[in-house]
Amino acid sequence: MNHDPFKWGRPNDATYGAYNHHIAQATPYAYEEQHASSTSTTTSSFPKMNTQNPIITGTSVISLKFKDGVILAADNLGSYGSLARFTNIERLIRVGKETIVGISGDISDLQQIERILEELETTQEVYDNFDGGDDLKAPHVHEYLSRVMYNRRSNMNPLWNAIVVGGFDKDGKTPFLKYVDLLGVTYGSSTIATGFGAHLAVPLLRQLIPEDKDYVNITEEQARECILNAMTVLFYRDARSLDKFSLVTVKNDGEFKFEKELRCEGQRWKFAKDIRGYGSAQQ
Amino acid sequence: MTSIGTGYDLSNSVFSPDGRNFQVEYAMKAVENGGTSIGLKCKDGIVLAVEKIINSKLLVAGSNKRIQTIDRHIGVAYSGLLPDGRHFVNRGRDEAQSFKSLYKSAVSVPHLMDRLGIYVQNYTCYNSVRPFGIVAIVGGVDENGPHLYMIEPSGTCWGYTGAATGKGRQTAKSELEKLNFEELTVREAIKVAAKIIDQAHEDNKDKDYELEVTWCSLEETGGKHVHVPEDLLQEAIKLAKEDDDDDDDEEEDDDEEEDQEMET
Repeated sequence: MNHDPFKWGRPNDATYGAYNHHIAQATPYAYEEQHASSTSTTTSSFPKMNTQNPIITGTSVISLKFKDGVILAADNLGSYGSLARFTNIERLIRVGKETIVGISGDISDLQQIERILEELETTQEVYDNFDGGDDLKAPHVHEYLSRVMYNRRSNMNPLWNAIVVGGFDKDGKTPFLKYVDLLGVTYGSSTIATGFGAHLAVPLLRQLIPEDKDYVNITEEQARECILNAMTVLFYRDARSLDKFSLVTVKNDGEFKFEKELRCEGQRWKFAKDIRGYGSAQQ
Repeated sequence: MTSIGTGYDLSNSVFSPDGRNFQVEYAMKAVENGGTSIGLKCKDGIVLAVEKIINSKLLVAGSNKRIQTIDRHIGVAYSGLLPDGRHFVNRGRDEAQSFKSLYKSAVSVPHLMDRLGIYVQNYTCYNSVRPFGIVAIVGGVDENGPHLYMIEPSGTCWGYTGAATGKGRQTAKSELEKLNFEELTVREAIKVAAKIIDQAHEDNKDKDYELEVTWCSLEETGGKHVHVPEDLLQEAIKLAKEDDDDDDDEEEDDDEEEDQEMET
């Protein structure tokens, strides 16, 4: 008998042969192993892999164009699985004078994007741009982010986010709203929502703006009301959401309004007592 | 220079028998003929100003800015060879960015100046390179308040309350020495800087100049290094030109009046 406690209860080498440790550790460490020891004869068929799932997550970002600007909202929750872990996460990031970036998905990747954007802003707007040359505008920010996201996914190391960029076109007047996600997929629309909101909020937003071109008829008040309503509905139905959120309104007259710690108003929970089949109160 | 022709000045990093490095001294000569740059460290921030000599009437007014930004909160003005200054600033930006990518916070001015001092000094140590032909005045505001440094071709890097370099440095220095930096605010310092540059321009009277002033202060610019607003600049230029015609005694009276105006 082998008296080494580490060997107790394990298959006997004399009977089964030495255990191949690479079976258990094959995938995540394959790359390091191949490069660390030249004596290793086993090679994994897997390439190097990195972050393959998010940890702390933020839920939907919802956004609308209206006739003279864009409006974005995102709640302040950072979930750890189903646990409401952080309730003070700011997921809307201002870039330059008139661009707003809303990020859902992994929060640590959000923070990385925050740093990338700060560096972009420093190189484009701070260095030698004293006399107000070409400002960083939303299309530039969006294109840059889409390159970053696509590059990261092509290296099998994605930033686990879905991003909405809002602001104005290069003419400084036309509202701009576009999306990019962890695969590098992009699209533009007058109504954009990420995550759960893409399923639940987009139909609500499209009630107001049925077709992309229709945003020119929408006032700021209409857009705002629609967004606030969608945030409340999301709070009812999305279990990873919070009723505390931030809302940004950017207008082409230069106004940039960043509202923090808003609450979902007018919640009605009377129906909740009649719901059956979810909690412990099974009938 | 007595040692010309002895060979000790032909190569960088070689001392002469009396202990001098001539290439570094020659670099200082290059600086001494450039437009004047000054920096002031006030109680609430810093002000940088340069006398930008206009070499051609064909140049677009207000173009080719001379004062640059290293990081959001750090500015630099320099006299001497412009391309050397550009390279110096690029290095400063690299240092500031690498600090930020490591520590996720903005670099402090003293730390940045330490690094830049090492970099500039390196250019006095090898035969394959020549020293920087600039004296740079670097100012900024960080968590420890305002800082002002001046860095020379030798790599010497010291903190100052008031610094001047370039052709009119002697005049500028003697004017700076009269100031009370503990009481001076950046808003007042803009006028003072405009006046000092105007006085320093006496040493280079045959050429036109453009005044360029930047500031960095928590109260006035939110800790960012930016050009002063056009109206403040024009007001400062106007005062400087007015003072120029008066006597010294009256200038000081004017100063007091200005101060009172500021307070009311």
